[in-house]
Amino acid sequence: MFTGATLAVSAVLFAIGTIGVLLRRNAIVIFMCVELMLNAVNLTFVALSQRYGLDGQVFVFFVMTVAAAEAAVGLAIIIALYRHRDTVNLDSITLLRG
Amino acid sequence: MPSILAVVYWAFAGLAVIASAMCITRRNPLASALWLVQTLFCVAVLFTILHAPFIGVLQVLVYAGAIMVLFLFVIMLLNLGRSSGDLKGLVASAVATVLGIGLLLDLRPISHAGPPDAIVLPAGALDSMLVHQGVVGSVAGPLFDTYLVPFEITSLLLTAAIVGAVVLAKRKL
Repeated sequence: MFTGATLAVSAVLFAIGTIGVLLRRNAIVIFMCVELMLNAVNLTFVALSQRYGLDGQVFVFFVMTVAAAEAAVGLAIIIALYRHRDTVNLDSITLLRG
Repeated sequence: MPSILAVVYWAFAGLAVIASAMCITRRNPLASALWLVQTLFCVAVLFTILHAPFIGVLQVLVYAGAIMVLFLFVIMLLNLGRSSGDLKGLVASAVATVLGIGLLLDLRPISHAGPPDAIVLPAGALDSMLVHQGVVGSVAGPLFDTYLVPFEITSLLLTAAIVGAVVLAKRKL
């Protein structure tokens, strides 16, 4: 039920997340866009688990765990970055440019 | 005449797409975060319609509850609530949109290249599984059986994330 439609919806959500990553400069907003992309992938897993068994839903569980760990570490990095640079604008953080 | 389920499904699917589009275009990071919460709620409804109510509940608890609170906490901690727009210029926006649509076109052929039909569950197998093992049990069964080792590694990952976050955020250990 709704498998094809859900695949289309999750593709659109993933594309919107990608556009968001390319469009924004704020590190936190880019991070939220990455979470949106992870969620689109979860939607694909759930849609296909209807046809191919519940292993897909177990993988959604793992993806959520990784997303939680990623959010914790990523936000800690952003806080550390803000402490050193007083900004979270990624265009003004150019450590590797020399 | 579409069924009531189809109406609800398409309403929330459309709302999810609109909310995610609002999320990436709002200038205020706080507004972005709240629109993302809206998106996550809509996706949770889609999960529930797609025979995964447990995943839907987890989505609300873990994503909309825990992770987004963390995001809002950091936005407010760093006082970014009324920062000026961080959207890139017109040219960059156009390029980003074109790339996104290109990605969508790339994803299109994948929908025809699914796994072989031989592994498709027989009709009604999922419903009987949900009835016999319960909504939570049918997900927990493989989690603690086939995927036991990855599950244990997950706890290791979470421990590493906790330690990493503390080390990064602390000024001096």
